[in-house]
Amino acid sequence: MAKHATPLLDELEKGPWPSFVTDMKRQAETHPECWDILGQLELSYKDKITHWKHGGIVGVFGYGGGIVGRYSDVPKKFPGVEHFHTVRIAQPSGLYYSTKNLRALMDLWDKYGSGMTNMHGSTGDMIFLGTRTENLEPLFWDLTHDLDQDLGGSGSNLRTPSCCLGESRCEWSCYDTQDVCYHLTMHYQDEIHRPAFPYKFKFKFSGCPNDCVAAIARSDFALLGTWKDDIRINQAAVKEYVAGNYPSNGGAHAGGDWGKFDIKKEVINLCPTGCMWMEGDELKIDNAECNRCMHCINVMPRALKPGKEKGATVCVGAKAPILDGAQFATMVIPFIEVSKENEYENLIDVIEQIWDWWMEVGKNRERVGETMQRVGLPTFLRVMEIDAMPQHVKEPRSNPYVFWKEEEVEGGWERDVQAFRRKHAA
Amino acid sequence: MGYDPNNPMEGRITDLGPRSYTEMLPPVIAANKGKWDYHEIIAPGVLLHVSESGAECYTVRVGSPRLVSIAYVRDLCDIADKHCEGYLRFTTRNNVEFMVDSKEKCDALIADLKTQSSKFPIGGTGACVTNIVHTQGWVHCHTPATDASGPVKAVMDDLFEYFGSMTLPAQVRIALACCLNMCGAVHASDIAILGIHRKPPMVDHSRITGVCEIPLAISACPLGAVKPAKAKVGDQEVKTVQVNAERCMFCGNCYTMCPAMPLADPDGDGIAILVGGKVSNAKSAPKFSKLVVPFLPNTPPRWPETVAVIRKIVEVYAKDARKYERIGEWAERIGWEKFFEKCEIPFTDKSIDDYRLAYDTWRTTTQFKFTKATEAYTSK
Repeated sequence: MAKHATPLLDELEKGPWPSFVTDMKRQAETHPECWDILGQLELSYKDKITHWKHGGIVGVFGYGGGIVGRYSDVPKKFPGVEHFHTVRIAQPSGLYYSTKNLRALMDLWDKYGSGMTNMHGSTGDMIFLGTRTENLEPLFWDLTHDLDQDLGGSGSNLRTPSCCLGESRCEWSCYDTQDVCYHLTMHYQDEIHRPAFPYKFKFKFSGCPNDCVAAIARSDFALLGTWKDDIRINQAAVKEYVAGNYPSNGGAHAGGDWGKFDIKKEVINLCPTGCMWMEGDELKIDNAECNRCMHCINVMPRALKPGKEKGATVCVGAKAPILDGAQFATMVIPFIEVSKENEYENLIDVIEQIWDWWMEVGKNRERVGETMQRVGLPTFLRVMEIDAMPQHVKEPRSNPYVFWKEEEVEGGWERDVQAFRRKHAA
Repeated sequence: MGYDPNNPMEGRITDLGPRSYTEMLPPVIAANKGKWDYHEIIAPGVLLHVSESGAECYTVRVGSPRLVSIAYVRDLCDIADKHCEGYLRFTTRNNVEFMVDSKEKCDALIADLKTQSSKFPIGGTGACVTNIVHTQGWVHCHTPATDASGPVKAVMDDLFEYFGSMTLPAQVRIALACCLNMCGAVHASDIAILGIHRKPPMVDHSRITGVCEIPLAISACPLGAVKPAKAKVGDQEVKTVQVNAERCMFCGNCYTMCPAMPLADPDGDGIAILVGGKVSNAKSAPKFSKLVVPFLPNTPPRWPETVAVIRKIVEVYAKDARKYERIGEWAERIGWEKFFEKCEIPFTDKSIDDYRLAYDTWRTTTQFKFTKATEAYTSK
């Protein structure tokens, strides 16, 4: 029986896309607080404004992150959501689950929470949506003791790292994204749970330049798989594509009326560097000119593959617009080996070189990309002990305002103005 | 033994991290990890991955509302237990994937899902409109300028035909963030739905000293619009701030730092539409989304103005763009002036950048196309 009338939300039960309203009503049968979620949301739909109070610091002992406090500003009307804290649960790499684990997590949330979740939050965590302060410690106890699992990050700490599914089900992945993600998540548990940074810091791991976790747009440390040798070509498969026997783009365009596959129009002419051509019925690539954009590989997955000498490119400093505007991550290290054998020690060195500097010079609530902007890329490269190369820029600067250092200028900067005057009358 | 509130540190375990991914992989995935040879989308929402060993993995992708109940997740588990040996996964765009190792099992899985199609729509692959990534909105957030789940539901209902088909020139990634903080990182999406505020913050003088560190509130403003001030509360003079409304760009960063400066408002808040962003490095470099519609009102429950603008953009793009062209690549090829004309979106000065680095986006060439927008200059 509905506790509140929800005529506006009921409109969202119509239409073909699965309805969160229908789902929440069903959950309300066993979790009556869901009626108060619906009731308060209905009020927001009527008032066109949120009814959640600002913030509220709650958590579990010893952690500075993982729980986001939330309180209703109309608790008398909707007592079931008076406290409505979010619990972030660290997700398994690649978002695979056994139903055994997923059911155990749902049972836990059945016991302590509202019954609503997000699968998943933007950063990657599983989100348990809505519980009371007094449930937090018991929930954390059961989560750690019974499920052998842990909270994710929130606040000015390392946020829960995330990755694409990588080698687990993708032929393009240039390193094992899941393993790097898991290893570094375990390695940096302290940094995830106890905020010690100027602001949030995100790791994201994509296996190739298609970047399915949007690492280059969202993460402070983005590791994007790439290769340094030649694209592998299977000429027999090229012929099959040309003959129209294999679908272009892995069948991604099968519903459109695009006509017969045309390798010149769809692959060679769309190559951003123009480094491909046909010799008879053989496809040729001048790999020295290739910028590894993935287009040709995307279009002909059975004929073309990334090379065999694989690794990754490190890009640093992406963020959303608040405050000075959005930034993509800047290419810093063109190629780095990614190997289980050294337990990713070389990646850890790079990360800690960034952190050591940022924790010292970063201002409160300054993402590392903003710190980089403030001090300039040349300064950041010196911090990273990386020599500048043309790959670091889209184009050279067009203003002449170079910050020369004294030691770079013959004779230094100490001069005698009296001596100057003796030769140059004022 | 469970948690003992009298001895909170007794027996406490911390820093366990997530469960290892190795426990979570379906058998066909675990056996063929790193050995995949190629893939093909054999039908909308159905992927086939073939291993070097000859093994096959069939994946069926279904859309989900992201905001889901434990009952819904248990339904997913039931399907995975019945068909997929007890494993499933989620995608970064809130879809759910069921994996099996043969065509027969795949057919049975699809048949089962089709009996529950209102809950589990199959699609979200290839040249489609896949699921919308989005934030919390009025369901859970304290700073939103719009709802998230409601507009997403309305837009996906309207574009549903494109979720379960692959007829577009390329994939169209839509994202919604309910305020400028952009938890959803919509700034590199083909189409971004962004909640925005348009009224400067109010200052609650009676609360500000209790809940807010005034220097932090002042330094939170990127434009120096928040200044120290004094105000009378009853008989008492209190230290507070004042806002220079002329300078405010409605970013809401002051409210993030100071709960005594709320800025949400039923009339002030609404939605901006940005288009043409992309994350992938394929063909062109990653691009930011660009602001094309500065404001649409919040019109719950179904946001018809927002839905209509997005449908128009998708339809014009579907007709006009070339195969493989993302929305941003199409707009750049035809020119943004043509984008506005073809999509029948009125261009306003609000689409001209006047924030930092604005000059980078101003046109400093004689190369442009004449459109209706230039008629006042070209017609006699």
